[in-house]
Amino acid sequence: MSNKSKCDKHAFQKSRRKVLKGLAAGVGALALPSPNASASVWEAFFQKNFRELDRNELQQVLARLESEYSKEYGKEVTVKATLPIEGVKYGYGLDLSRCIGCRRCVYGCVEENNQSREPQIHWIRVLQLDKEKGVALEYAEHYYNPEEVPKEGHFYMPVQCQQCENPPCTKVCPVQATWQENDGIVVVDYNWCIGCRYCMAACPYGARHFNWTKGQLPKEEMNPETHYLGNRPRPTGVVEKCTFCIQRTREQPGRYPACEEICPVGARKFGNLLDPKGEIRYLIENKRVFILKEDLNTQPKFYYFYAT
Amino acid sequence: MKNIWNFFKGTLVLTARGSTFYYCWVIGLLALMVVGALTYIVQLNDGLIVTNMRDQVSWGFYISNFTFLVGVAAAAVLLVIPAYVYNWKPIKEIALLGELLAVSAIIMCLLFVTVDLGRPDRFWHLIPFVGILNFPQSLLAWDVAVLNTYLVLNLTIAVYYLYNLYYRREPNKKFMTPLLLFSIPAAISIHTVTAFLYNGLGARPFWNASILAPRFLASAFCSGPAFMILVFLLIRKYTRFQIKDEAIQKIAELIAYAMFINLFLLGSEIFKEYYTGTIHLAPMQYLLQGLHGHSALVPWIWTAMIFNFTAFLIFLVPDTRRNNTTLVLGSVLIFIGVYIEKGMGLVIPGFVPDVLHEIYEYVPTGTEMALAIGIWATGLFVFTMLLRVAIPIMNGDFHVADDGVGFHIGDNMFFLRRADRDRLGTESEEEPTAKPDKSDKT
Repeated sequence: MSNKSKCDKHAFQKSRRKVLKGLAAGVGALALPSPNASASVWEAFFQKNFRELDRNELQQVLARLESEYSKEYGKEVTVKATLPIEGVKYGYGLDLSRCIGCRRCVYGCVEENNQSREPQIHWIRVLQLDKEKGVALEYAEHYYNPEEVPKEGHFYMPVQCQQCENPPCTKVCPVQATWQENDGIVVVDYNWCIGCRYCMAACPYGARHFNWTKGQLPKEEMNPETHYLGNRPRPTGVVEKCTFCIQRTREQPGRYPACEEICPVGARKFGNLLDPKGEIRYLIENKRVFILKEDLNTQPKFYYFYAT
Repeated sequence: MKNIWNFFKGTLVLTARGSTFYYCWVIGLLALMVVGALTYIVQLNDGLIVTNMRDQVSWGFYISNFTFLVGVAAAAVLLVIPAYVYNWKPIKEIALLGELLAVSAIIMCLLFVTVDLGRPDRFWHLIPFVGILNFPQSLLAWDVAVLNTYLVLNLTIAVYYLYNLYYRREPNKKFMTPLLLFSIPAAISIHTVTAFLYNGLGARPFWNASILAPRFLASAFCSGPAFMILVFLLIRKYTRFQIKDEAIQKIAELIAYAMFINLFLLGSEIFKEYYTGTIHLAPMQYLLQGLHGHSALVPWIWTAMIFNFTAFLIFLVPDTRRNNTTLVLGSVLIFIGVYIEKGMGLVIPGFVPDVLHEIYEYVPTGTEMALAIGIWATGLFVFTMLLRVAIPIMNGDFHVADDGVGFHIGDNMFFLRRADRDRLGTESEEEPTAKPDKSDKT
């Protein structure tokens, strides 16, 4: 072997070693926190499932997230972990005879719940349906875009998480990263979800959404009032969903969900199903009510009705 | 301990030797593995947005490959049953190779699931007691359990058997046989559980059919053994390992039965959907004829149908089954046919149309394909290495040297035509490379 070729071989070996080294470092850096990452990264890595945190640990986690988000978004961000209120089970009513399909609820929800603006994530999908065909999803139009709504001969049906009493999505999660709270809200621990998306396959309502990449959330649009299980900024690679605005509805005095508040025609009703005198109970007992995909026995707590 | 280390050292030396073709093959695989790894780094960096999966079609090419490969892995059982339940000698000699294929396929399965995860860094959440494995509620937890059990089981059987042959000892039947028998229900379980994973979702009528698990098993008994036939023919031609004709014939015959059941079950499903004609027909229509102008899967599924049916005929008719050319053709057709049918053909229609009847047409991106190729290369690399060790051991070409410490390698080529072997005369080289160790005579 000549000297030159030997030399070349060495050069090749060196560059190959470099590539391998880079490869190892790359995989290491991306899959796991790097060894000299700040302590909070490791804390996040080893963080327990939300339901296993004791009071102290929870306070630490919330403080860590608050400082992280405050730094990232340049404003004071609070992360609460308000517990369910005793004797409350939330229910939602939607008056199909009133809804005009304006999609204000969709964007009101996005603003309140800090969804990614690019790519866009919407927790509410409004379907345009044909009056002649009735509630037939197979004829639904998802991306309707007329000059004016409502369009002649059509009605509109917003679909979001139905907060099933018998949720198929929580059952399938391999790591218990999603569950139903005592007030009936189905939540996700964004710090425990492994991103397998089995829950998305299991949900019959398309209510679960995945962070396919790092979501864009402009600083000035970020809502700093957040809940750990609700509208705090989401990491990449996890599933998120509607929580009936857990950060609002669990407060005392409570606030209505953003979609309810913003609806210009009063098509949306929200309340406590356990309160016999409540509006939602009145509607269920006195109006023509139906639930979506009743045959699947998911028992939604989201009631569609016709008030007129 | 020392013995295990010596054995391991021997296998390292052994795998580093081989014919030019062996080297090209291995280096080629390694290159593809590097491509796959680099692609994965890109995906980790940018997120799963680099795939074409979206909220509507939330599982795609990765999970399709995973599903198909679970079938390939389960196929080892088709060799174990005749070999150990019916004690049929011609297959008993080669059943171990099936187990090695199972090991390689399961490794690929685990890799495909891992690259599909949004948060692979939280992998440890799946480990019982360290994280939280949602067992027995989640079918995915079941799948984690049975796949890993099956992997460990097959590895144990294969390594134990080869290790003993290497040291020229008779493997202990009392240890081996129960494990082998246990591997039969284990193989069935990995496939049943994977089928149930889809089957149990009321939201997806395309999967929510009780025929799914039997169909899975039937098609698994086609694809895996078809691959094994190809491997057996190659091994027989290019290594010194002997495989009897009747063994291969028997496997081909079993494939014909399995393919018949597979086609029958598929036909039953098609009949039920089309004759009833409920709105649950939509995914089937999307798959077979296209829906509202969307028909990405249609040419593929019909290719698969034609391949599967042709192969069924080839394996059914004794003449074509015995003819080497048609046998190879049939095996290739089945492997591709089942890959389409049990991969994308099964997973994608579950999502198209989606639960709110939106149609999002999914086609994998180049990134997804490059990553998948990397994983396939990894699986083939593992399988090659396992065969590189197993075949010489079973031939008696690789065993402990007479001093009880070093090793003897009688086959430096591994992959070479018999005629070329005779010409080169490379057979009987004695090479006890390891030096005698003082402390080793136990």
